[in-house]
Amino acid sequence: MIIANQISDQEIETLLEEILDYYGYDFTEYARASIKRRILRIFTLEKFETFLQLRNKVINDRKFFKRFVEEITVNVTEMFRDPKFYKCLRSDILPKLAAYPFIRIWLAGCSTGEEAYSIAILLKELGLLEKSLIYATDLNPIVLEKAESGIFSLSQMKTYSKNYIESGGIKDFSSYYTATYDLVKFNRDLRKKMIFSTHNLVSDRSFNEFQLILCRNVFIYFDRDLQHKVLQLFDASLEKNCFLALGTKETIDFSSIARKYERIQNQKIWRKLQ
Amino acid sequence: MEEIAMSENKCSALIIGGSAGSLDVLLNVIPKLKETMSFPIVIVLHRKKGTDSLLTELLASKSSLRVKEVDEKEQPLPRTVYIAPSDYHLLFEKDGSFSLDYSEKVNYSRPSIDVVFQSAAEVFTNELVCLLLSGSNADGVNGLEQVKTYGGKAWVQNPDCATVPYMPQQAINIVNTDKVLTIEEMIYSINALDNTA
Repeated sequence: MIIANQISDQEIETLLEEILDYYGYDFTEYARASIKRRILRIFTLEKFETFLQLRNKVINDRKFFKRFVEEITVNVTEMFRDPKFYKCLRSDILPKLAAYPFIRIWLAGCSTGEEAYSIAILLKELGLLEKSLIYATDLNPIVLEKAESGIFSLSQMKTYSKNYIESGGIKDFSSYYTATYDLVKFNRDLRKKMIFSTHNLVSDRSFNEFQLILCRNVFIYFDRDLQHKVLQLFDASLEKNCFLALGTKETIDFSSIARKYERIQNQKIWRKLQ
Repeated sequence: MEEIAMSENKCSALIIGGSAGSLDVLLNVIPKLKETMSFPIVIVLHRKKGTDSLLTELLASKSSLRVKEVDEKEQPLPRTVYIAPSDYHLLFEKDGSFSLDYSEKVNYSRPSIDVVFQSAAEVFTNELVCLLLSGSNADGVNGLEQVKTYGGKAWVQNPDCATVPYMPQQAINIVNTDKVLTIEEMIYSINALDNTA
């Protein structure tokens, strides 16, 4: 059991400040409840006796720091998560983008890539993949390596196949991958329209103009100020009349950019009007 | 006596955790709660994902309290029943607002009752009441222990009248619980927490 009161809020603040000073990774505007829980988790997993030991290891051991970043940023994801959302992309949003000569999609916080492959499958089935490019970014290079490999666990495929069918997919989901023992590798042609790159939403700038930006279940880890800053970044990176998609529990309503956007049906998808 | 004791520690939040066999309890209890309720009630129920709106609508149709699903960063209000969304962990920020998290399942569950009880314990300390209902695993038991550590109250459904007694029984075995309640007693005890009366 996690003993929360072993670590004070002040100690968490100190650690986050040190990480910013030393590595340039800024977690100081992350929502505290979640990040504290993640730090406590690694504290317990690694069997540290004092918080100072953990702080020293984070600052002095670069390899451990990489693992630390991987642990405190949540990298749990799924293919075709929230099938209704993908159904809306398939039937409503992507067909609207079909008129563009070239479709640029930014998947911000792509983690291990499950969403990137889901979107590539949709684009392929709609005949749009050839003229699309999916820019999949994450702050964490380790998860990007996994995403690039296109290799996932076979045990997940039953869930993903079910999600795929619920999202309106009519093909045999297993035709998109080759299984070897307990792993599957997704087909090469899905991968060729993806560009994986590190990008930190907290500190990096806009790098292109997109027709669709997806950032799902990333905002829940940010505080309101940071959410607002990142929405401004997305706004600056989104072409007029194009679309921004967030996670099912996230919103743009609190932000000043909201007045420029119109929400699509009951989805967490907004269209930029001006 | 009991009400005098409660008025010393006002209740800032009631969190109800449940698993198999809990829906019936909620459908019996929530409609009988006073509409003046001076604190938010948060429900964390193990269930299939994608069934959120059904549960919210069902409870809303039977209750005079406002019933809604949790939105991230939302500040909980009195006279309102909040439903934790399926497939996210629910946490509380220091200012009492809701925070969501899509990290690994805990006790094979997301939302995990342990996670929400533990997080609430730190934030609401001795102004927190947590109630654990029927269920077939022990999710919530560690959380109740944490609630007690921070001075909050640990209530459990009486296993004798729970559809699946395992979960409340585990809590009674391990945690120094404050109350063991039948459905009628739950209604009475929750209404007695209301300090607008």
